[in-house]
Amino acid sequence: MDIFFQQVINGLVIGSVYALVALGYTMVYGILGIINFAHGEVVMIGAMVALSIILFLFQFDIPIFLSIALVFIGAIIFCSLLAFCIEKIAYKPLRNAPRLAPLITAIGVSILLQNIAMLIWGRQYYSFPQIFNNDTYQIFGIANITTIQIIIILISLVTMFLLFYFINKTQYGMAMRATSEDKNAAKLMGIEINNVISITFIVGASLAAVAGILIAANYGIAHYSMGFMLGLKAFTAAVLGGIGNIVGAVIGGLLLGLIESLGAGYIEKLTFGFMGSNYQDVIAFLVLVLVLVIKPNGLVGEKSSTKV
Amino acid sequence: MILKIFPSNKKLKFIHGLLLITVSLIFLPFIIEESFGRSWLRIFDYTLIYVLLALGLNIVVGFAGLLDLGYIAFFAVGAYSWAILASPQFDIHLSFLIILPISFLTAGFFGVLLGAPTLRLRGDYLAIVTLGFGEIIRIFLNNLDHPVNVTNGPVGINMIDPVMIGAFSFNNKIEIFGIQLTNLHFYYYLLVICVILVIIICQRLENSSIGRAWVAIREDEVAAEAMGINTRNVKLLAFAMGASFGGVSGAIFSSFQGFVSPESFILIESIMVLCMVVLGGMGHIYGVVLGAFILVILPEIIRSAAAPVQESIFGFVLIDPESLRMILFGLALILVMLYRPKGLWNK
Amino acid sequence: MKSKCRNNLLFFLFVASSFFLVSCGSDNSEFDSEGRKIVYIGHAGPLTGPIAHLGKDNENGVKLAIQEANDRNISLDGQTISFKVVSVDDEGKESKTTLVAQKLVDTNVSGVIGHLNSGTTIPASKIYHDEGIPQISPSATNVNYTNQGFPAAFRVMANDKQQGSALANFAINDISANKIAVIDDRTAYGKGLADIFEDTVKGLGGIISSREFTDVTKSDFTAILTKIKGLNVDLIFYAGMDVQGGPMLKQLDNLGLNVNFLTGDGCQTLQFIELAGKSSQGVYASSPGVPLDRMPGGISFNSKYEQTFNQSIQIYGPYAYDATNTLIDAMVKANSYLPENYLPFLKNIQFKGVTGDISFDEKGDINRGSISMYQVKNNKWEYLKTLGDN
Repeated sequence: MDIFFQQVINGLVIGSVYALVALGYTMVYGILGIINFAHGEVVMIGAMVALSIILFLFQFDIPIFLSIALVFIGAIIFCSLLAFCIEKIAYKPLRNAPRLAPLITAIGVSILLQNIAMLIWGRQYYSFPQIFNNDTYQIFGIANITTIQIIIILISLVTMFLLFYFINKTQYGMAMRATSEDKNAAKLMGIEINNVISITFIVGASLAAVAGILIAANYGIAHYSMGFMLGLKAFTAAVLGGIGNIVGAVIGGLLLGLIESLGAGYIEKLTFGFMGSNYQDVIAFLVLVLVLVIKPNGLVGEKSSTKV
Repeated sequence: MILKIFPSNKKLKFIHGLLLITVSLIFLPFIIEESFGRSWLRIFDYTLIYVLLALGLNIVVGFAGLLDLGYIAFFAVGAYSWAILASPQFDIHLSFLIILPISFLTAGFFGVLLGAPTLRLRGDYLAIVTLGFGEIIRIFLNNLDHPVNVTNGPVGINMIDPVMIGAFSFNNKIEIFGIQLTNLHFYYYLLVICVILVIIICQRLENSSIGRAWVAIREDEVAAEAMGINTRNVKLLAFAMGASFGGVSGAIFSSFQGFVSPESFILIESIMVLCMVVLGGMGHIYGVVLGAFILVILPEIIRSAAAPVQESIFGFVLIDPESLRMILFGLALILVMLYRPKGLWNK
Repeated sequence: MKSKCRNNLLFFLFVASSFFLVSCGSDNSEFDSEGRKIVYIGHAGPLTGPIAHLGKDNENGVKLAIQEANDRNISLDGQTISFKVVSVDDEGKESKTTLVAQKLVDTNVSGVIGHLNSGTTIPASKIYHDEGIPQISPSATNVNYTNQGFPAAFRVMANDKQQGSALANFAINDISANKIAVIDDRTAYGKGLADIFEDTVKGLGGIISSREFTDVTKSDFTAILTKIKGLNVDLIFYAGMDVQGGPMLKQLDNLGLNVNFLTGDGCQTLQFIELAGKSSQGVYASSPGVPLDRMPGGISFNSKYEQTFNQSIQIYGPYAYDATNTLIDAMVKANSYLPENYLPFLKNIQFKGVTGDISFDEKGDINRGSISMYQVKNNKWEYLKTLGDN
């Protein structure tokens, strides 16, 4: 039972990571209808920029809280600027283009970002420095969790509530919902949709930066290729929950994390030794297919009527 | 009768054009080899394999508008079909005349299998599910060495038989009039014939009622259903046809390389083929052929030229060829989409 | 119509510049500026990707050997020779390896040092074999490489059979482990090593409690580690590379899993200790051959390497260096750079390299296949002992 509980904790931690990144995916999709493939790379850039800032600050004697603040703020600003530029240069001109064009552009941006990062930071895998003491706590005396892992879970939940409140209860949030519903109508109603879209990207990028720092701190490693798989998993999570839906992104993320963790841990028992942890990814995708067959718009996605 | 002796200008032009193209295609491998070297002929052969893939995916994405991010799985199925049926793995050595149809049918079957659960899904949900299937196939290929060794796992299957016509193997080297013919040449001709066949089939499909049904589904699925089109069967047919061509391409790839491993069938390959289709001109047969050519040959050109060119300009290598290649690739994708969002060569 | 003209012009420019660039790329000169005959030696390895630091290390070893050979002004068959390295990047990927192997063949290389991974070396070896080009791998350890029966395929490092069984013996006898969990990374190298380890352990009476898997894209191993935690093992054996082994150790610690950790040469690197941090304390690892300071020419090679390249040796650099020198030595003994002439000399060579004495058995494996064991103590790899003939 202890092992089961630990696996649940593991799953929640991974899931919260996916949730944070999925939120960025889902917001952009909600507004523009495009799959922002480059989002995973923005997470990576957040981590790498944070790494550089930390290494730079090591030369000075700064109190821990100040350096943590500087690292987060620095990474968030950098990623926000980056996302803002990407949107203006690569996505804005394609707002009325055929559906697949922005997808290909996004893939291009993703490849570009990854390789520029490789040029700047090199190909090696960096050890992400520990700025503060990452202690391990025991929950109910049976499962282990570290400080950073607790922070990850908390931040993803808090972010979900904040975003939910922002989008559903504030006026600017209403503008965002209007824009995602119908861009042209929103424009006619006087909403500055360019600003709305830019803000969406900036918020998404900030989340990505935070996620990048937390992931690098949790695993102790940062490298130029860490964004690709992560972006993919997060996208899967967003779709699982219902893409375009804030709550869906978090639910999808947590669920995917749990499936991966419990799947890897118990698949051998479930299949009587036929399949081992080498098939752990298969489980995640099979669950995805199952969910989508039953609920084609994701777990909490809106039902769109296309029946004739 | 008189019309036959004096054909119209248009017909003459067409025949002349056809003859010109045929002759150039026959002599092309030698021209490439002489001007650029043998490795470029190999690259050209790989390009033709990707052309087949792009043509297949074009049916799914271009004609029917179904966003498939896991297409490489069918390539893998075809490749492993050949690898299992013509190698030391089980010591079966079937002839290519038997294996090619088997790869065609097996891949088609998988196309239907993987397409069936996705019929109710729209756009981006479809994308992630097909992506998932692509990954599932790859994981199975990587792990089916235990309990029964079917695919030999991550090590892959080596010493795969080349295409054999009677006793003559494509891996033989023969000399005619002092020119050496190697497997690069033989596979070139085989691939060119396949590409031409597939193009003809695609054009026939495009102009048939099925092709029109696909366009209808692509443009507005609800309206298509309302007009009485059996969207389920039509979609499945798109998956099946696209997958079958991918399978054939995979089989030839397997025998050409003599070696397969699951690593050749990772997600980024599916994405690459998708880029070829969209970049070239989604839905336009010749466009996707162009797309495949550009996206395979361009990186190779950069790979071989990047270091020498930089050295002659700067005296040293500023950006290493590998990074430069991928950076320019990414830039190319972005720029082409910005300036020609419908693809480089669309109708 | 104007747009069509412009498009045609652009297309023509594009094709013309491609022709130009392609011809820029092909550099196949026969003689260098001083009239010496150029002999090309190929090197293939991962120069990009997660283990690019290891690929570069090999390339440096080859380059150093070539540089020294050129300084010796070697003469073969009456001509003064200038050796030149042609280095290609296989990205550590099986899908790219045959392409770059063909490239080397087309450059008319007289010999190949490569590749680094087993997964890339095996398919490429067929291409070199078809052309009769001798190939020496400095680091590929999978047994299948020399099992193919290619007369010109060699390696200067002990293979997985030797390493896997040495590791198993160490686990059972030296660490007295009884219940062992095995993790592999599902690559040709990892699976091969883990399979042999597992078989040998079972043969020695040990129990394999669990066989888990990960893959090279993963950074989270908590699920499989937690599962292993529930099995009460004495030892975890990991067959894979340092970039995953490092984070794996950290996660082991976080989970409170206090067991011995044993791994192979993929993790016996400086990068591993860097990534694992203080969690690396006490980790055991094997590496074919002997530590640098125990190699006959190790220390002087180390300083030469660091002086030339301004970085420390990663792991396989000395082997690439020796492989290159063995090749050149065979050429000198045969007084020819042509493969058909120097191959017989290569087969029977007795060469004293910095890593030790080099000679090959009938399969192409190295004759003195020693394996050394190390342990991390205070963020450093400490040498424990050497197993196997020396």
